[in-house]
Amino acid sequence: MEAKSENPRWVMREHEVFKEYARETSSKATALKNYIQELRIEIVREEDKELEFDIIGCDISLVNAFRRILISEVPSMAIDKVFIINNTSLLQDEVLAHRLGLIPLRADPRLFEYPPSGRKDEEVSEQDTLKYELKVTCTTHPQAPKYSRLPEDMYRNSKVYSKDIKWVPIGRQGDMFPHGTEQFSVLENDILICKMRPGHEIHAFMHAVKGIGKDHAKFSPVAPARYRLMPAIELTKPVRNEDADLLQSCFSPAVIEVVEKETSSGEKYREARVKNARYDSCARNVYRYEQLKDCVKMTRISDHVIFNIESVGTLPPAVLFTEAVKVLKNKCRIFLAELEHAGV
Amino acid sequence: METNEIKNKAKLVEAFLKDKGLVKQHIDSYNYFINKEIKNIVKANEKVLSSEDAHFYIKYLNIRVGLPDIDDGSNVMKSTTPHECRLRDLNYSAPIIVDIEHIRNNQRIRNTNMVIGRMPVMLRSSNCVLTNKSHYELAKLNECPHDPGGYFVINGQEKVILIQEQMVRNRIIVEEDGKEIIASCNSFTHEKKTKTSIVGKAGKYYIRNNMFQDDILITVVFKAMGIVSDIDIIQMIGEKEKYLDKFIACIENCQELGIFSEKQALKYLNNKRRQTRSAQSYAAKFSVIDEMKDLLAANVLSHVPVIDFNFRTKALHLALMIRRVIDAQSDRNLIDNKDYYGNKRLELAGSLLALMFEDLFKRFNWELKMIADKNIPKVKAAPFDITKYIRKDTITNGLAFAISSGNWTIKRFRMERHGVTQVLSRLSYISALGMMTRVHSQFEKTRKISGPRALHGSQWGMLCPNDTPEGEACGLVKNLALMAHITTEMPEGPFIKLMRNLGVQIIYTCVGGELIKKDIYVVFVNGNMAGIIKESLVLQLVHQFRLLRRMGYIDCFVSISVQRRHKCVQVSCDGGRLCRPLIIVKDGKPLIEEKHMNYLEMNLWTFNDFVHAGLIEYLDVNEENDSLIACKESEIIAQTTHLEIAEFTILGVCAGLIPYPNHNQSPRNTYQCAMGKQAIGAIGYNQRNRIDTLMYNLVYPQRPIVKTRQIELINFDKLPAGENALVAVMSFSGYDIEDALILNKASIDRGYGRCLVYRNSKCIIKNHPNQVMDVILGQSLDAITKKPIPKHDILENDGIAAAGVMVENKKVMVNKAVSTRSGNLGPSRSDNFQSQDYRSAEVSYKGSVPAYIEKVMVSSNAENAFLIKLLLRQTRRPEIGDKFSSRHGQKGVVGLIVDQEDLPFNDYGICPDVIMNPHGFPSRMTVGKLIEVLAGKAGIVNGKFHDATAFEGAKVEDLCEELAQHGYNYLGKDLFYSGMNGQPITGYLFFGPVYYQKLKHMVQDKIHVRAKGPKVILTRQPTEGRSKDGGLRLGEMERDCLIGYGASMLLIERLMLSSDSFQVDICNKCGLMGYNGWCQRCSSSSSISTITMPYACKLLFQELQCMNILPRLTLKDYCD
Repeated sequence: MEAKSENPRWVMREHEVFKEYARETSSKATALKNYIQELRIEIVREEDKELEFDIIGCDISLVNAFRRILISEVPSMAIDKVFIINNTSLLQDEVLAHRLGLIPLRADPRLFEYPPSGRKDEEVSEQDTLKYELKVTCTTHPQAPKYSRLPEDMYRNSKVYSKDIKWVPIGRQGDMFPHGTEQFSVLENDILICKMRPGHEIHAFMHAVKGIGKDHAKFSPVAPARYRLMPAIELTKPVRNEDADLLQSCFSPAVIEVVEKETSSGEKYREARVKNARYDSCARNVYRYEQLKDCVKMTRISDHVIFNIESVGTLPPAVLFTEAVKVLKNKCRIFLAELEHAGV
Repeated sequence: METNEIKNKAKLVEAFLKDKGLVKQHIDSYNYFINKEIKNIVKANEKVLSSEDAHFYIKYLNIRVGLPDIDDGSNVMKSTTPHECRLRDLNYSAPIIVDIEHIRNNQRIRNTNMVIGRMPVMLRSSNCVLTNKSHYELAKLNECPHDPGGYFVINGQEKVILIQEQMVRNRIIVEEDGKEIIASCNSFTHEKKTKTSIVGKAGKYYIRNNMFQDDILITVVFKAMGIVSDIDIIQMIGEKEKYLDKFIACIENCQELGIFSEKQALKYLNNKRRQTRSAQSYAAKFSVIDEMKDLLAANVLSHVPVIDFNFRTKALHLALMIRRVIDAQSDRNLIDNKDYYGNKRLELAGSLLALMFEDLFKRFNWELKMIADKNIPKVKAAPFDITKYIRKDTITNGLAFAISSGNWTIKRFRMERHGVTQVLSRLSYISALGMMTRVHSQFEKTRKISGPRALHGSQWGMLCPNDTPEGEACGLVKNLALMAHITTEMPEGPFIKLMRNLGVQIIYTCVGGELIKKDIYVVFVNGNMAGIIKESLVLQLVHQFRLLRRMGYIDCFVSISVQRRHKCVQVSCDGGRLCRPLIIVKDGKPLIEEKHMNYLEMNLWTFNDFVHAGLIEYLDVNEENDSLIACKESEIIAQTTHLEIAEFTILGVCAGLIPYPNHNQSPRNTYQCAMGKQAIGAIGYNQRNRIDTLMYNLVYPQRPIVKTRQIELINFDKLPAGENALVAVMSFSGYDIEDALILNKASIDRGYGRCLVYRNSKCIIKNHPNQVMDVILGQSLDAITKKPIPKHDILENDGIAAAGVMVENKKVMVNKAVSTRSGNLGPSRSDNFQSQDYRSAEVSYKGSVPAYIEKVMVSSNAENAFLIKLLLRQTRRPEIGDKFSSRHGQKGVVGLIVDQEDLPFNDYGICPDVIMNPHGFPSRMTVGKLIEVLAGKAGIVNGKFHDATAFEGAKVEDLCEELAQHGYNYLGKDLFYSGMNGQPITGYLFFGPVYYQKLKHMVQDKIHVRAKGPKVILTRQPTEGRSKDGGLRLGEMERDCLIGYGASMLLIERLMLSSDSFQVDICNKCGLMGYNGWCQRCSSSSSISTITMPYACKLLFQELQCMNILPRLTLKDYCD
C-alpha cells in the first residue's frame, strides 16, 4: 500500500461514511510551503479523450474547484442561434434548434472571442461567430431496390445526420482558416438529427458562438469531469478458503487476490490478500456477509484524489485542465485585485 | 395438491386483448345495436297507419345502417374518415337505410334504400372505415393504430357514451326500508318500465305500484288476477304454519273488504287507480273491468308475459315475492345486498342509443302519420306520396344532439338523464383509455352513503380496486378491470326451450302448490319463471347446461347459477352483465396444457379458440358465486372449479402502469390512477395531424425502464407519458420541503421534461342567408408609413397568418370582418365592397408568452362555410413550480433548479437529474417506489427492462444480487461527493432511475399578477379571475383581520382607493346625490359637499332609489 497510514481517511461503514480524526500536524505558517512541496500529480492514463491522473496531497476543495470549472466555466463553441429558412420535417422548429445546439463542434474555442451581449441577431463578426448551414431534402430513391421496404433504401436523405451540417465562412474566415471545413466541422458524424420522408426539407443557417457551461450545458467541454478518493482496503483478520473466494467476489475484479499458503504444520490453505484497491467500486458488498463483516476495513484516503476528465472531444483533456487552471488563476487574480482595491 | 404451473399464462391476457381490444364492450354493444337491435326496434314499430284512410299504411320491411359518408358540397355523398370529421368539425355518421312498402294511389309500392336519417358511427365498430385495417392502412387514414375507438365524432368533437351502472331489472330484490321489508321488482320491457313491490307492514302484505294511488292488499290483486279461491292463494304462498300465520290476516282483511269474486276485486282496484290522462281515453272503448285487466297485465310485473289473460304466472311470481318477504321477516340474512355486483347491470352506448333511436323512430313515425292525416283528405293533382315527406332531420339531429349534449330524454320512460356523454379526454393516451373503461353510477354524488361507494367483494376481477376519483365521486365512478367483459343481450326463448329439454317442468303446467314444496327449485330465465325442478336434479341440470356451454352449443356469455338460499336456479342471458374469463379446472388440474399454450405461441389459436375448446369460460358475477376460483396453480384443491388467468388482471388500465403496486399503500395507487391521466406524453401516432383545442406533448417521451405486463398490453410503451430520471433520495438546500423536487439544470438543458403545448384558434366565415358573406381582409396599412400596422404585421396577403410565424400577445392571426347587414333580408349589392358594411372580428392571440403557428387549415364545415383552424405551438422547458410525479402517487413541484456542478456526484461522475426529499417515504409508505429504484438500477446496469407487474414482479433479492454483481452496492446506496465543497457526503445516497411523469399543471398557465388593470363596467371594481387579468381579492376574512388589528386606513385604501373610489356631490340639505356642484332636488348649489365613496355604494343608493327607497346621507365634520 502506497498511502501512509497517518493520512486522514474517510471510513466507509455499512451505512455511513465518516472522516477519521486526524491531528493537524502542519503549522499554519508553513502551510502553503508544505502544500507546494507535498503536492504530487501523477498521470496514470492519457488517451485522446480521457485523462486519469492522481492529485496527492492536495485539499479536496481545490480539486473540486477544478472539477466545477471544467464543467461550467471552461468555454467551448456550440450552435446558439438557428435561422430556419424552411423546415417541413416532423421536428418542430424549436426542437430542431435545440437538437442542433447540442451537437458538439470541433472548433477550438481559443480561436474565438465571446460574443458581445446585446447584439442583434443578424450582426455577426468573424471574430466570434461560426456559421453553419444545414440543407437536406428527402426524395424518393429513383433506383430503389424493388423489394426493399427499408426507408434507407427507398428514400434519399431519410435520416439527417450531424455530418450534413456544413461550415460557411463569414468575412475573412475563409482566408484565415484554410482548413476550416475540417477544423470547424462537427465532432461526431453520426448523430441523428431528424428522420424525414419524401417532401420533407430542412434548410437552416446556424451561428455557433463561444460560451460556458453555466449558461447552457451544451457549452460544457467535458462529459464529465469527476474525481474520487483513493480506496484503501485493509484486512483486519485473515480470511481463508471459501471465505476468501467470497471476499474476492465482493469486490471489483483484481482487487483481491487469493494466494496459496502453508501453515507451519504444512497444511495448505488459501488466503485473501488485497492486491490493488485502486479500481474497486467501493460497493461495500462485504457487509452483506456476517462472517466477513468484521474482517475488512474499507477506507478512502482523503488527500489522494483520482481525477478523471473525459473530454467531449474538441480539446484534449490535458488542455482542458490547463484551461481550467487558467480560469481559476484569473479568478484569483481578480479576487486579489478586488482585495487590494478594498484596501486590505 | 401439486399442479404444474402453466407457463406464460399471461400470454392469454395478451391474446384476450388482441381478440377483444381494450374497449370491446363499447364496440360490441354498438355493433349489436346497429346490426340486430335496430331491426327489432323497427319490427316492433313496423307499421304506420293513418286514421284518415284505412287502406293507407307504411310498412318497414328492412333497416340497415350504411357506411359513414359526408356531403362533399354538391349533394354527392362521399366516404369519409374519422380524422376528416375531426378536422372539419363534422359528424362521423352513416345513413340509416330502410326498405318500405306503402300505399300510393291505392297501389302497393315498394321503395328500397330510403334514407330516413343518419346514425353517428362509433369508431372501430362494424360500420366504421377503420375496422379490420392494418397499421399501414390506418396510417393512410390518419388514424393511430393504438387508438382504441369506441367513441363518436360529433361536430369534430370526440364524444364517449359513458358506461352507466344500474340496478338489475326483472329480478326480485328483497330490501329493508325502515321497518318494512320490501320485495321489489323493476320490470323493463320495450314498451314499459314499471316497478312492483310487495310490502310487508303491520302483519299484512300489500302491493305497491305506480298505477295505484296507495298500497293495495295483495289478496285483492290475486282475486283480480282470477285466483279467487283462498285455498288457491294459500297454496301458492305456502301451507306451512309459518306462512299461514303470517298470511292469514290478508285473507281476513280481504273478506272484510267484501271482495270475493274477480269482478269485485277488479272494481275495487279500479277505484284505487291513479287517474291519468291516458287512462281516460281508454274508458270510452272498454268496460271498466276489461280495462283494469289490461292495466294489470301491463303494469304489474310487466316483464312476466300474460297470454290470453291467463294471470297464473304473474300470480306465481307475486306469491314468490310474498314468500321472500315472509322469509326475510324471520331471517334477516335473506335480505339482498344492493351493492352486490351481481345485482347490477351496466348500460352501454348500444343500449342507450337503442332507447334514443326507438324514441326518435316513434316520433318520426308519428310525424309521418300526422302528415298523412293532414294530406290524405286534400284533393290534389298528384296522388299523395308519403316518401316525398320523409324528413331526415328528426332522427339525425335527435341522435347527434343527444350525443353532443349528453342529455338523454326518453319520453316513453319519462327518463331524463344529463351528462351521459363526455368529451374524450386526450390529455394523454392513458386518460383516453381510462375514460373508455369508466363506469358511472346513478347514485347521487352529494349523498353521504357508504354502501355503494365501498369496494364490494363481488367486484373482484370485474372492477379495478384502485381506480376511482377522490372526493365526492369516490367509489361511484369506477373503472373496469383489464379482462372484464360486458355481455350483450340475447334472445331468451331458446333457453326456456332448452330448460324444458333438460328436464325442467314448465311453469304453465304448475298449479302453484308444487313451487313451494321442500325439494323443488324454481328455474328462472332472465328473472322470469321458466319452470321447476327437483332438488336432486338441480346439479345435473347445471352441469349439463355448463357442459353444453363449454361444447359451444350455447353462447359462452350465458350464465347459470344456483341460489341455494332462495332455492332457485338463475339462467341469465340479458345484456350488461359483467363477466370475465377463467381457466376451467377439472379434477384438480387446469384444462390448459402446454400444447395449448404452444398453439397460442405459434399463432394457431386465438383466445376464442380456448373458449370454443372448453378450456376457458366466461363467468358472470352470479356464477362466480357458484365456483371456487384459485389464484395460483399451487392453490388448487379438490373442490376448485376455476383458475385465474392472471392475478394482475384484477387491476384496470390506469392501475396497471404502477410498478409493484402490491407493495404500496393502497391510497397511493389510487392517487396515481388519477395522476396518470394528467401526465403529459404522446397521445397517439396521429398527434401531429390533430388540431385539438389543447394538446400537451412531451418532446422526448421514454418508455419506463421498470415496466409492467399491462404497459406492454395496452401499448403504453409505444405511447409513453414520462421520462426516466436518475433520482437521488436526499435532502438538498431546503428548497425541497413539502415534496418539492430539485432538478438538474444540465438535464433540463439537454431536454429533460421539455414539452410542447398545442392550442388551436378557430374561425368560421359564415354565409349569411341574405347572400352576404363574412370576409377576411388583408393587412391594414398605416396611413403615413404605408407599412402594416404592428398588430397586423404577421398577416399574409390573404389575411391569415402563415405557418411558422411567431405570434405575440394581441397580434392578429385572421383578419376577419363580419357583415353588419347579416340581419337584413334581401340581396345586397354585391358589386362593390363597402367597408362600412363590415365590422372587424379579428382573431387575435392572447397570452403573455408567444407561440408559433404550426399549421393553418382552410376547409369547410357542414354548413358549407369556410372553416379556418390555426394550430399554435409553445415549447416549454421545466421551470420552478411545474408539477412532476412518479408512478406512486408522489407528486411534487419543482422547488429549485440547480447547476450541474453544485449537485452531488458519485465515483463515476454521475449527477442526479432529480433530487427527492426522503421525507416523502415514511408517511406515504410507497415501498413500490423504493423497489422501482432498485429494479431500474439493476435494469440499466444490465441493459434490460425489469418487470414490476403486480404480484409477480422481479424479486428484491434478485435485484440486489444483480446490483452486487455489477459492482454496485446491494442496497442501491452509493457514495456521493458534495458538488459544492467536494467532500464525500456522510451517508450513502439511495440512487437510481425512477419514471417521472410531467403533469399538465404548469406555472405558465397559472401565473398571475396585476397592478392596474381592467374593471367591471357596472361596479367599476377590478375584474375577477386570471383570464380577465383580474385583481386579487381582499376577502371578508382578510378584512376581518384588518378590522381586528385596527388598520383602518389600510382598509380604506384596499377596499376603496385601490378599487372603486368615486367622488360624489352630496347635498347637505336633502342628503341626496347631486351632480357637478348642483342639487337637482333642492335646485341649489348652496350646500353641496364632495365626498369619496366606493362606486358600488353609490350604485346601491341609486338602485334603492329605483325601488322607492330613499337613502339620505347626513354629513358631519370629521372633527366634531
